[in-house]
Amino acid sequence: MIRQRFAIVILAVIGLPGWTPAAANVEIQEVTSPGGITAWLVQDNSIPFLSLDIRFQGGSSLDRPGKRGSIYMMTGLLEEGTGELDAQGFAAASEDLAVRFGFEAFRDSVIIDASMLTETRDASVDLLRRALVEPSFPEDAIERVRGQVISVISGNAQDPDDLAPDRFAELAYGDHPYATSQEGTEESIAALTRDDIVAAHRDVFSRDRVFVGAAGDITPDELGLLLDELLGGLPLAEVPLPGPAPWELSGGITVVEFPTPQSVALFGHPGIERDDPDFFPAFVLNQILGGGNFRSRLQQEVRVERGLTYGVGTFLSLADHRPMLLGQFSSSNNLVSEAIDVVRAQWEDLAENGVTAEELEAAQLYLTGAYPLRFGGNSNIAGIMAGMQQDGMPIDYINSRNDNVMAVTQEDVRRVAERLIQPGELHFVVVGQPEGLDSTN
Amino acid sequence: MFARIIVACALVFSQLSPVWANGEVTEFTLENGLQAVVIEDHRSPAVVHMLWYRVGAADEPPGQSGIAHFLEHLMFKGTDTVASGEFSQIVEANGGTDNAFTSWDYTGYIQRVAADRLPLLMEMEADRMVNLRLPEDEVITELSVVLEERAQRTDSSPGGLFQEEVRATLYQNHPYRIPIIGWRHEIEDLTREDALAFYADHYAPNNAILIVAGDVDPEEVRALAEEHYGPIAANPEIIERVRPSEPPQEAARIVVFEDPRVAQPYVTRNVLAPAREPGAQEEAAALTLLAELLGGGATSLMNRVLQTEERTSLFTAAYYNGLSYDDGTFTLLNVPVPGRSLEEAEADFDRIIARFLEEGIDPEQFARVKFLYDASEIYALDNASGRARQYGVALTSGLTVADVEAWNDVIAATTIEDVMAAAETLFANPATVTGFLTTPSLEEATQ
Repeated sequence: MIRQRFAIVILAVIGLPGWTPAAANVEIQEVTSPGGITAWLVQDNSIPFLSLDIRFQGGSSLDRPGKRGSIYMMTGLLEEGTGELDAQGFAAASEDLAVRFGFEAFRDSVIIDASMLTETRDASVDLLRRALVEPSFPEDAIERVRGQVISVISGNAQDPDDLAPDRFAELAYGDHPYATSQEGTEESIAALTRDDIVAAHRDVFSRDRVFVGAAGDITPDELGLLLDELLGGLPLAEVPLPGPAPWELSGGITVVEFPTPQSVALFGHPGIERDDPDFFPAFVLNQILGGGNFRSRLQQEVRVERGLTYGVGTFLSLADHRPMLLGQFSSSNNLVSEAIDVVRAQWEDLAENGVTAEELEAAQLYLTGAYPLRFGGNSNIAGIMAGMQQDGMPIDYINSRNDNVMAVTQEDVRRVAERLIQPGELHFVVVGQPEGLDSTN
Repeated sequence: MFARIIVACALVFSQLSPVWANGEVTEFTLENGLQAVVIEDHRSPAVVHMLWYRVGAADEPPGQSGIAHFLEHLMFKGTDTVASGEFSQIVEANGGTDNAFTSWDYTGYIQRVAADRLPLLMEMEADRMVNLRLPEDEVITELSVVLEERAQRTDSSPGGLFQEEVRATLYQNHPYRIPIIGWRHEIEDLTREDALAFYADHYAPNNAILIVAGDVDPEEVRALAEEHYGPIAANPEIIERVRPSEPPQEAARIVVFEDPRVAQPYVTRNVLAPAREPGAQEEAAALTLLAELLGGGATSLMNRVLQTEERTSLFTAAYYNGLSYDDGTFTLLNVPVPGRSLEEAEADFDRIIARFLEEGIDPEQFARVKFLYDASEIYALDNASGRARQYGVALTSGLTVADVEAWNDVIAATTIEDVMAAAETLFANPATVTGFLTTPSLEEATQ
């Protein structure tokens, strides 16, 4: 099914964003199955379960022309029936095995995560294989999930946190798939047939475009057999991946009128590729600008010094077809204009002056100290293993990563800031009723 | 229905009682009353350090809603020896992350760092238990941050505003009716003096629980706790919490919240329910399983009937909150498909409840739900921080470590009859609050 957002808003706890448990010294093994499928494994037998993270490159950007939303909807249908099992049967079977599945589409990949007890692993893998390789896409389930997708679309149309990135993408990315939202439109979803869903399945799931991360209670040999059992029945890729997305925005402001007391501001401009020689200086630069908790310049200037927002941050988006430097905050309608000025001033200051030695050192201390703590919990580690492969990182990346962070100098940051930080290119999409703020043209 | 699979289930069920080395839990109490829990997880060189205070939004003076949460923000503004903002900077310079959180029954502070930095964290956390200093100008700026937080979490969210109204109606006298973040008009009037008074009244070792989870030795944690928290004097004026209590509730109530931003109208049915009590968690266990059976996973009754068979609902769920110091809540949620009215969706609740009470519980379904609960314990071991949180919530809700450890056994011992009896009692209570979240009706919109 498509996960809904209705989950009642119960503010049982406030002030705690997601944090993950701490984890061990990570030893990655590369496992190649007898059939030739590769996975990265972090073996840990201390708790009797295994987590898998399986990523199929291409994601919802592989939607065929006129079929926007087909891959997103297909992904929601994987657990809705296979063979003689209907949706209820599939749910009962997974519950009987206490196996946990997640099926989710993103613009660059469809990600399947699974956690399974050692005791029920064989049956769990078989159930997952049937869902992934042999889904039955029954008509009644298609109608049910179609209704769920349309509900998500109408929900997004009323949510500033969705409206802002949607408008930004529409303005920025021309006719590339990135320009439209992966859920499709009510019209495109209404028109999808079962054949379209079958085609979406065929286009996305291929054994030569898969990255697998595994962590937990399994040996390399067992994992090799599991990979063939699970993925060996998939075909080879037939459709090409999309090319680079254009960048059609320039500096300025786009206001999207929406009745709400607080505006959402999404801002950014093109970023930097992960394989760029200056990636690490850019990474450290972003940390100083808008990464982390309270230390970043934007958090200090916009939140701590002026109280203009509850939180502001930036990140280097490494989307396959258009890397970006993006940021976001929410401010009351009467404050958002001032907050934008503060963000712009920081952009200009960074481009002109780079960062101080103290800022650089603090960012390096944080990034290098926090890195080992990132590898916490089997399902988290499995996701990192798959993500590293998808990003084309070498298997020994973890060993050199902190050295690369520490090697960044003030001069490196200044050089990359001149290139990366472009105050004149920075575009803000503001959804709300901002006071004293108009769209530029 | 699927006999083969159910046999497999029974087989698995009988096997699921392994002994695993990870996850030892130790508790101790310092002479000044500070309670401590240590959860071992030696898979990594990391540690989570949490300090929980047994005080939250339900303990605020009248007219000062939001003061517990505001104080939580102000706890980062410095002491005699740590400058404003420096606490987080020191944690980050040590490669750690830190945060804080507030609920009705507790306020907590958390850091996650490499295990060898634990002494530093304890030193700083103990320092701000008693040495907080608040510059007036920073208090005013932080109040603006909190108002922005309220705007983001609540005022911008029809669901958030709706939930506030439902809760304020469900609890008629108990302060659980007040939102954690506070009512906006009262937040605006909070002062530095309010915060310092609340701090003086509630922040003391005998009102705190230390939880350390990760790659640590319990004896070393005890020695460190004695060194850093031990010297702080207890506050003898802190006594067990007694909040205004609920009168007997006699009437069903209806909340209708209309907002043009609502994309997907839905209806909820809410009723007060007993919380887990120390040494007596049986009824709570039955209600926990009841919520799973009615609206937990895809095979639950509401999901199966309303979403899959009749296809009249987009989403259904049942929630039981039994982890609270005073009365908890039981909630049913129904999001109807477009074209189906909220009144019909409300009637579904009564129909489902009647059917459940009439038909009882399928033993296979009961075994399945209990098995899932059993398995979740294994998955939970993967997350030391999550377990630390679980203990923190339980202990600030009045439970003991022994209660937490007994919980899965209490669940396992719960019978179908226990669940049916709990359901009969729960649904016999006429004092429900039915909440409708919807868009303004057409006539009103055109007026």
